[in-house]
Amino acid sequence: MKDVEMKMLERAKALLESGEVARVIGWKKGDFCFDPAPASFETVEELDNFVYDYFCGANLSKYLIQMSKKEGKTAVFLKPCDTYSFNQLVKEHRIKRENVYVIAVECMAKLDIEKIKAKGISMVESVEVVGKEVKVTSAYGVETLYKPDVVLTKCATCTKTHQVKDEEIILHERPARDVDRFEEVAKLEAMTADERFAFWREQLSKCIRCNACRNVCPACSCVKCVFDNPASGIAAKANDDKFEEQLFHVIRAFHVAGRCTDCGECSRVCPQNIPLHLLNRKFIKDIDNLYGEYQAGETDEGKTPLTSYTEGDAEPNDVMNGEAK
Amino acid sequence: MQEVTTEKKEFTPNIVAFCCNWCSYAGADLAGSSRLTYPANVKIIRVPCSCRVNPMFILKAFQQGADGVILCGCHPGDCHYVTGNYYTRRRMSLLFSFLSYMGIEKERTRVEWVSAAEGARFSAVMNDFVKTVTELGENKRLTDLRIKEGK
Amino acid sequence: MLKIAKERLNELYAKINESMGLFIPIKRAGEVNYAVWGEGKEVSLETLKTVKSPKNMFFPQTENMMQFKTEGKNIEIVDIREEYKELRPFVLFGVKACDYKAIEVLDKVFLADPVDTYYQNRREATTIVTLACSRPEESCFCGVFGIDATAPTGDVTTWLDGEYLYWQVNTEKGKALTALVKDLLTEGGEKEVASQQETTKTVLEKLPFANLDLSRFKPENLNELFEAKEWEEMSEACLGCGTCTFVCPTCQCFDIRDIKTNEGVLRYRCWDSCMYSDFTQMAGGNNRTTQLQRFRQRFMHKLVYYPSQNDGLYSCVGCGRCVNKCPQKLNIVKVIKTLGGKNND
Repeated sequence: MKDVEMKMLERAKALLESGEVARVIGWKKGDFCFDPAPASFETVEELDNFVYDYFCGANLSKYLIQMSKKEGKTAVFLKPCDTYSFNQLVKEHRIKRENVYVIAVECMAKLDIEKIKAKGISMVESVEVVGKEVKVTSAYGVETLYKPDVVLTKCATCTKTHQVKDEEIILHERPARDVDRFEEVAKLEAMTADERFAFWREQLSKCIRCNACRNVCPACSCVKCVFDNPASGIAAKANDDKFEEQLFHVIRAFHVAGRCTDCGECSRVCPQNIPLHLLNRKFIKDIDNLYGEYQAGETDEGKTPLTSYTEGDAEPNDVMNGEAK
Repeated sequence: MQEVTTEKKEFTPNIVAFCCNWCSYAGADLAGSSRLTYPANVKIIRVPCSCRVNPMFILKAFQQGADGVILCGCHPGDCHYVTGNYYTRRRMSLLFSFLSYMGIEKERTRVEWVSAAEGARFSAVMNDFVKTVTELGENKRLTDLRIKEGK
Repeated sequence: MLKIAKERLNELYAKINESMGLFIPIKRAGEVNYAVWGEGKEVSLETLKTVKSPKNMFFPQTENMMQFKTEGKNIEIVDIREEYKELRPFVLFGVKACDYKAIEVLDKVFLADPVDTYYQNRREATTIVTLACSRPEESCFCGVFGIDATAPTGDVTTWLDGEYLYWQVNTEKGKALTALVKDLLTEGGEKEVASQQETTKTVLEKLPFANLDLSRFKPENLNELFEAKEWEEMSEACLGCGTCTFVCPTCQCFDIRDIKTNEGVLRYRCWDSCMYSDFTQMAGGNNRTTQLQRFRQRFMHKLVYYPSQNDGLYSCVGCGRCVNKCPQKLNIVKVIKTLGGKNND
């Protein structure tokens, strides 16, 4: 990963120096090895704090809504999954494509510090990844973890490849993977309604309505959200009421249905670790089954499943009774 | 055993029916003028097209105390605005399947196509839906207790 | 000092629960938060940081305030506080030193004139049992605010090691609670506690944030800090979500709203966040229109505005929840380091 970072830094410097771009969006170093924050760099000096490592999990594409409206071009480093969100935002005319210079960078699956800490490790000082081994050095000693156990949930089932690039920085080819991202959804579907209700009740009762899932979501790009509009009659903010929790998550999941690229940011940012991606994946799975396989963000044009139809579409009642194919 | 039956009989569900102005709303009219009956606890909300109904309407209906929500539109191909109900069909398939995924009883929601000429069908559909929801009982999973009980 | 064997803690909880409510860190769906204890619940005292802080117990995320019942042209106002008059006393168990200090911060807001009686009712009905930390982590920096994580106060202070929970009474309320469970407690433990405190202190001194310098954050520097150009860079990646405010043990802002019910109107309050676009929105609009302004408000409040009104008491206690939970890894430590002068480099 260090070699990728060097290459990225080199390109960022060259682009800024030549004046080809006015700013570069990437990550800057935090206080620890595991808390890099998204940042924009406007000068070569600022790049001293530039970093790219196994903890750069944030999807930078949503920042481009604002950045692409600024004067001058913006260069951005996008991981494979981020490029889908980028395409989707271009498609919805939220990003000015001509103002953005996309550098596709390899990902190699990012790590989740919470999962590392959950293994009982605290006071983490450094983390090193070699193949499938993660060596964590802490004040209490060195421990070696199995990488698939501590990657971000969104990375665990990812098979995405770069969909958009003006140039690419890929130094290690990633092996193709055979994973089923709908496994957990299918497990829930196989439960009884009572069991499913109990599962979601327990999960959603943790919700603190912080809106992190909404604010981080690249598909949630409304200028004013219905939940922020007091005139809509829906009280937003901190209503940790049983109904409001369901209302918020149902409406949010539906609103991004057909546009959600499954980038998994919602689950990454949830402070209570609610598996929010399982809501969006249900829609994706249903869409795939009923209207043909569809991956949002694969292109930056065309219609989505919810803005198109065929005359022979399945009937809702058949879908509910499990008779539709 | 006796007690349980009486209790069930007493329960009259609140049903909200979103009806398209051009078909099922007129269908309800026809049912009325043909002296066909459907339960009085079906509250009809007239909409310009079934595709005007967004998921928020349906959830709000449940919030305000509905025990079942039914959406009626023109038969596919007969939409007054040519294609509106095709979109409804996709949206509601996905939404209702999703609500069921969250553990909401799937019998509480339904979509039916009822034309302006189908007064008898309108009455039959409503009778059947009310019967289903009555058997299912009160909506407890998707309801707002603050509104229901005032606290 | 008293003690109780770790495996008998459940008996202690059950005993308390007989006559008082018991709120304690409980693991549910994978996360640990304060919740009502009951037989079979998974208590997790070892968890250093619950996701939500215990402020929820006095200042719930949503709380009903009053009801307006309408009948014809008559409106009847129902004061919900009447119900609280017979509020069952409860015990808040396992509060860490930082969270206990946070309650002091909240008290200054809610118990100052005019007293918030909703808060006061709950506060007075509570006996607080604190728990000393024995394994602080890298995001902890309570020491910076003069808090001793190894010796929190409260009505009763406890320490936990591999075998025992040690128990020290501090107040009258604590005495009453101890009397209730005295059959379960035995004498002893001074030596063990002292040795645990010593070990923990060596860890605390070495924490990465142990030496943050707050000296620049004082009322005299208000204008200078407010105008600092660094706010732009610091707030750039902020999503404007409310995670930091809702996991924070000292954030105290709330909004009051009405909801129409079948019985009339219900007035309630809910936590609000200065990170939100509709925070303190008035008929004339909003006085903070950019995320930079909102971001600045939060940290200026914690480090400058609040201390200037409360004899220099900061409204941050260094619990480090925002350090762990911010989706984009922005937090108060980064602000202190950026604006706090060169001692923080």
